[in-house]
Amino acid sequence: MSETKRVNIFSLSLVRGIVFQVIGMLVGMGVVTLVRLLMGLPAWKAEPAWVFGAILSVLFFLIGAGVFSDWYKMAFGEPVSDHHDPDPSLPTWARYLNISYDHKVIGIQYGVTSILVVGIAGTFAMIFRTELAQAGLQFVDLDFFNTLIGLHGIVMIAGILLGVGAMSNYLVPLLIGASDMAFPRLNAFAYWINVPAALLVVSSLFLGGFDTGWTGYPPLSARAPLGMQMFFWGVYFIGFSSILGSLNIIVTTIRLRAPGMNYWRMPIFVWAAVATALIGLTATQLIGLSFQMVSFQRLFGMGFFDPDKGGNVILFQHLFWFYSHPAVYVFILPGLGIISELLPVFARKPLFGYKWIAMSSLGIALVGFFVWAHHMFTSGMEEYLRVPFMYSTMLVAVPTGVKFFSWVGTMWRGRMSFETPMLFTLGAISIFLLGGLSGPPNATVATDLYLHDTYWIVGHFHATMFGGFVFPFVAAIYYWFPKITGKMYSEKLGKLHFWLMLLAFYVQSLGQMRAGLLGMRRRIADYDPALGVQPTHLWITIAGFTIFIAMVIFVFNLVQSIRKGEPAQANPWGSRSPEFQLPSPIPAHNYADHPFVVVGEPYDYGLEDAPYLTFETGQTAAAD
Amino acid sequence: MKHYITVILLVALLTVLVGTGLSNMTLMPQLASIQGTFIDQLFHKHIWAISFLFSLIVGFMLYSIVVFRRREDDEYGDHFEGNTPLEIVWTILPLATVLYFAYLGAIALAETRRADPNAYNVTAVGQQWSWRFDYTDYGFSSDELRLPANRQTLILTKSLDVIHSFWIPEFRVKQDALPGEGMERELRLTPTKTGTFKVRCAELCGTRHAYMLADVIVMEPDAFDQWVQEKLQGPGGSAEERGAEWYQQFGCVACHTTDGSPLVGPSWKGLYGEEVTLADGSVVVADEAYLRESILDPQAKIVQGFENVVMPPIGQSMTPEQIDDVIAFIKSLGTGE
Repeated sequence: MSETKRVNIFSLSLVRGIVFQVIGMLVGMGVVTLVRLLMGLPAWKAEPAWVFGAILSVLFFLIGAGVFSDWYKMAFGEPVSDHHDPDPSLPTWARYLNISYDHKVIGIQYGVTSILVVGIAGTFAMIFRTELAQAGLQFVDLDFFNTLIGLHGIVMIAGILLGVGAMSNYLVPLLIGASDMAFPRLNAFAYWINVPAALLVVSSLFLGGFDTGWTGYPPLSARAPLGMQMFFWGVYFIGFSSILGSLNIIVTTIRLRAPGMNYWRMPIFVWAAVATALIGLTATQLIGLSFQMVSFQRLFGMGFFDPDKGGNVILFQHLFWFYSHPAVYVFILPGLGIISELLPVFARKPLFGYKWIAMSSLGIALVGFFVWAHHMFTSGMEEYLRVPFMYSTMLVAVPTGVKFFSWVGTMWRGRMSFETPMLFTLGAISIFLLGGLSGPPNATVATDLYLHDTYWIVGHFHATMFGGFVFPFVAAIYYWFPKITGKMYSEKLGKLHFWLMLLAFYVQSLGQMRAGLLGMRRRIADYDPALGVQPTHLWITIAGFTIFIAMVIFVFNLVQSIRKGEPAQANPWGSRSPEFQLPSPIPAHNYADHPFVVVGEPYDYGLEDAPYLTFETGQTAAAD
Repeated sequence: MKHYITVILLVALLTVLVGTGLSNMTLMPQLASIQGTFIDQLFHKHIWAISFLFSLIVGFMLYSIVVFRRREDDEYGDHFEGNTPLEIVWTILPLATVLYFAYLGAIALAETRRADPNAYNVTAVGQQWSWRFDYTDYGFSSDELRLPANRQTLILTKSLDVIHSFWIPEFRVKQDALPGEGMERELRLTPTKTGTFKVRCAELCGTRHAYMLADVIVMEPDAFDQWVQEKLQGPGGSAEERGAEWYQQFGCVACHTTDGSPLVGPSWKGLYGEEVTLADGSVVVADEAYLRESILDPQAKIVQGFENVVMPPIGQSMTPEQIDDVIAFIKSLGTGE
């Protein structure tokens, strides 16, 4: 510690970015005010000033943080450094607060930001869960409650997208034997744009909030307070991260695989990451568009969704769900990929039906584009759309079923051990099962007429998110933690974390489903005790807090283990995957000094003389 | 082979336990409409499918966790990489199952929409944050939904402002209420039980969404006809008393109190004759002309402190006499100095 170089905090990209963001906001407000003065209008009008300020603030953040610097140099033909970090002399912690082009650093940046953002969103949930523990209004007022549920939703989504980014960015190059992503500077851009965008979303809390929930349906969102605009534009810019990050993943996978690694020999997570990226690349535009249209309706009176101006409120829902349904597959596909990746390692046998699992990821991604209107069965859209969308929605169950059956096939006659990552993997399967099986009743229109917009949906959705993202993400962190840090986490705390979270989650999720069936609506601050849901709500709240505490234990475990953990072996799980054949921590340029050729199948555990890779140690990297 | 027999028995046992357990629980509020019966029947089939599939996966998992756990460090599992016929089977069978369920879903949907030519009509009008029911066959309105038992009512939903959703849990079916011309949507209800229920708005519609409720009273046909006759005569009594009735019926009560406490809109207590400060800083006297304008064109003059609230143009659904009554009712709540 004593030898740590003093770091000028204004040399950190994060700090410079935030300072520039504030300046950008003021500049934007100033420009709007000036234009209004020149037009002879009253100088100050809050909404256009804040919106234009918000847009400029994101641009200024990126300039201030230095995201564009290399591109600027390249445009003028100036040389750029080959090194990942602009200032390699910085201490390690400072590198993570700075621009870096190393996909591993960016992966960690995504991951830490994700945990932070999920923590903020979880805190919002704790506030409104406290309110809901009993009927009546005790702690919050109605508008604050409505803002909280909307923020919980959207901030969680941002946190999940960041977590997905963490897994894809950190793992894909390592798993395919690449030295980095195809476009390292674009990778940094895709991460850093999240920071000012997330700040915009959270700023809505201080600008009147918004009372629409995360779905932002007009006409309500067209008349909500100013916070609505910050929500719209924050999400709009987060979308850039998804689109560009996805592009990078697809190109990296196509172009940078190690020699001999054909598509059927890639570790299975890569298939999941590519399927996810295909959705992110092609669907994200629509949520940006839908939010931009409401924003413009508010600013310029363009009546897209205003019946008095020839608009139609249903149009928004089509645009919104065209992204927001496939988006849930963006959240879960990487997690399902993690499950498939970890099961063979801990069961010590091949992944059952590799090609079927790989294709099922693409199948889910594809079918996911044809089901969006199942969110609108009661919305009053054209009635003839309901039956076809019911059939297409039910099809999602088929590739999802293939995954479950193949996982069972992988466990069958294995030799399973139950370290923390495996526990979370098994927990993920059981919870995702609960989430998946509570889906078909929502998909068949008739039953959805009852279930739609009730707490049943809340239960279904949280089960898919915990089973499809939270549990696998946590499993992935425990699994790769020794590889990332070179230290071992505490197994004891990991198991405590698991059991607390698993049991609490079952109570929470089943409780939510039960409350919904009893008639509890979504998104209400106060409920009618006559429905008989009060005891259930108390249980849900207790379970919610337990999950929160379990996550605190998780973060404590990680932080403590980085500081004081036992040194980890290079390959503690006996994995066949290439990254575990590298020393820990992984060298800056991954395989540059450890080139390998793929000579076998990735999951041939227990088969004699069937190596996956051979390393050409001592040689320099040979391009394919 | 021994493994398979044991695990199949385990799955069967779990299925029966979970399925009968769920079937015997009271999962939903009592059923009170014809349309809901088809929904409940389908949901019951879902329950058994869920029970079986949950037990199938969990049964195999639990069995594997116990029986196929690692006993020594360097053990490996049996080596098999997949089984294509099996994969095809567990693609085709679920496909057939989900298509069958979708088919059942379509049939049940059609049943909930089966039209009775003798159905009579009620328009359910949502506004922030109250419901009004226009009995269009008779030409009166009500703030509570009264329905005769065992006769179909065709509910048309619509909204005066944002999206709401019409839902009575005991009747099962749900339909959003949309703003705009030609955006009325249909919902058919045939109540089977007399009693009191509640319409609960199921689409987040702003601040007081949680409290956007209305009473539903299902009556014997005779009692219902009698109620219709009473409504047709209109509320009797003085203008103030009628105004108090309209205050409830047109949903004024959702935002305006009569006891001086501000809610979403200004209170009506002591409002008449008072000097009111508007959003632009000007001051007007709340006389009859002002009140009438505020009812007919709520955005014309907005009171300071209520700039963020958009009142629907409710006056356009009222007759001039009803507006006179409401003004008389406001007068009766005391005047400003």
